[in-house]
Amino acid sequence: MAENTVIQCNNLDLTFETNDGPVHALKGIDLTIDQGEFVSFIGPSGCGKTTLLRVIADLEKPTGGDIQVNGMSPEEARMKRAYGYVFQAAALYPWRTIGGNISLPLEVMGIPKSEREALIKKNLELVNLDGFEKKFPWQLSGGMQQRASIARSLSFDPDMLLMDEPFGALDEIVRDYLNEQLLELWAKTKKTVVFVTHSIPEAVFLSTKIVVMSPRPGRIHEIIDCDLGDNRTLDIRETPRFIEIAHQVREGLKLGHADEH
Amino acid sequence: MPMSIKREGFAAILHDRLIPIGTVLLAIFALWYVFTVVLNAPFERDQAERAGVEISTSELISKTMAQKRPILPAPHQVAVEIWETTVEKKITSKRSLIYHTWVTLSSTLLGFALGTGLGILLAVGIVHSKVLDKSLMPWIITSQTIPILAIAPMVIVVLNAIGISGLLPKAIISMYLSFFPVAVGMVKGLRSPEVMHLDLMRTYNANRSQVFWKLRWPASVPFLFTSMKVAVAISLVGAIVGELPTGASAGLGARLLSGSYYGQTIQIWSALIAAAVLAALLVMVIDLIGRSVTRRMGVVA
Repeated sequence: MAENTVIQCNNLDLTFETNDGPVHALKGIDLTIDQGEFVSFIGPSGCGKTTLLRVIADLEKPTGGDIQVNGMSPEEARMKRAYGYVFQAAALYPWRTIGGNISLPLEVMGIPKSEREALIKKNLELVNLDGFEKKFPWQLSGGMQQRASIARSLSFDPDMLLMDEPFGALDEIVRDYLNEQLLELWAKTKKTVVFVTHSIPEAVFLSTKIVVMSPRPGRIHEIIDCDLGDNRTLDIRETPRFIEIAHQVREGLKLGHADEH
Repeated sequence: MPMSIKREGFAAILHDRLIPIGTVLLAIFALWYVFTVVLNAPFERDQAERAGVEISTSELISKTMAQKRPILPAPHQVAVEIWETTVEKKITSKRSLIYHTWVTLSSTLLGFALGTGLGILLAVGIVHSKVLDKSLMPWIITSQTIPILAIAPMVIVVLNAIGISGLLPKAIISMYLSFFPVAVGMVKGLRSPEVMHLDLMRTYNANRSQVFWKLRWPASVPFLFTSMKVAVAISLVGAIVGELPTGASAGLGARLLSGSYYGQTIQIWSALIAAAVLAALLVMVIDLIGRSVTRRMGVVA
């Protein structure tokens, strides 16, 4: 394992036992993710992209193969609080204010109150939500709630951000805006980001590496380098290189789908 | 299309609350008076026949509402009785309805507190342990299938034998009834957090007690108050039932019992009304506390 490798999967397998028999969610996953990369998992539903993210987060246990996170098992990494996780929905606790929600992981981790306040303020600023600390989640729009949930996942300064279709439920305009903000955030914090999506433009716009997955059994079809450089703006989506990569991803998805027939 | 008018302030209360509630109340009173006349009339006819006098309808009706021991007392007779035993009697008097209500209220409140505590404890155990879930739940349900009237005397006798008497045995009967809705409601409440909210705690490597205090407990608060509203009302029932087998000398149950011994139906009905008013007040208090707590927890009322 190279020094700057954060996640390493070798021949990873996961089979769910269900009432309708076993479901092969992941099969033969080989993947390496390096420090500071922005990696997207893309694929149709049922391709195991969320499951793979959950395995990295130790929310699911693999049934075969090997996976290391920061050179240890996912469980050890989770116990060391190696990552912040952002769910499909904001999953804010409705009885806590926005500030209280960002404070939640800090409280669980036993960070003293005086430090918590500074961290809440800093992370709200990071997602442009300063001034909303005392508001309750229902008083915020969907996009703002998701930003608050990103601030919550960053509050304890993990090295890695795992994001499961965080903007999937938002409209196009909000999504574009949040994508730009996320890239800024990534440039500022230099964190490793693993990002699950089913949107091709989103994956190409954000990532340094795109993992194209295909379903039944869930497996990696192709890994595409996304060399669009730093400091991307939304305009980049009009450039030939962007269109070329997007085309490559689309072809990959098509071929991945074709395999099963 | 009918226009909907937005009313505010007193007009809104009048329209949304007072008019509908008042209408129902008037209907109940009207029906009550009808039954008073119908049920008490045979006695008056009988009396008239024995005395060998003719009785006019208007005379009959007014007499049915002025009997000393009517089968069904008229509302105003009950109202007068309540007035006389509350306002016109000293609170320390054995004939004061307020005194008797207080006696019942004290064991209701103690039983309700014990029952709520027991219900919460059972729910916490059931949610956190599969063994308790499998072993306790059937017993909890069985406990409620046994009529309280059958258990109450035994509880009183057994506790008396070990030297416990007075407030506590009644409170225990009331606890026996009131723990049930709290236990069932809180099991549901403590299990109410979404999977995502639980997963989130897992990603923070939170321990069980953190998951409980920061997630399960706050999530269950609305369930707690809903079940407490049911529990407080049946706590009162438990306290009254607890007063019956002892031949207790004080309390609403004692009033009901002595009223039935001596055929004092007016006394029985005024004790019943007192119990109903008390139950309504208790439920309202719990509701108000519940509302203010959930409002502070960011819930839109």
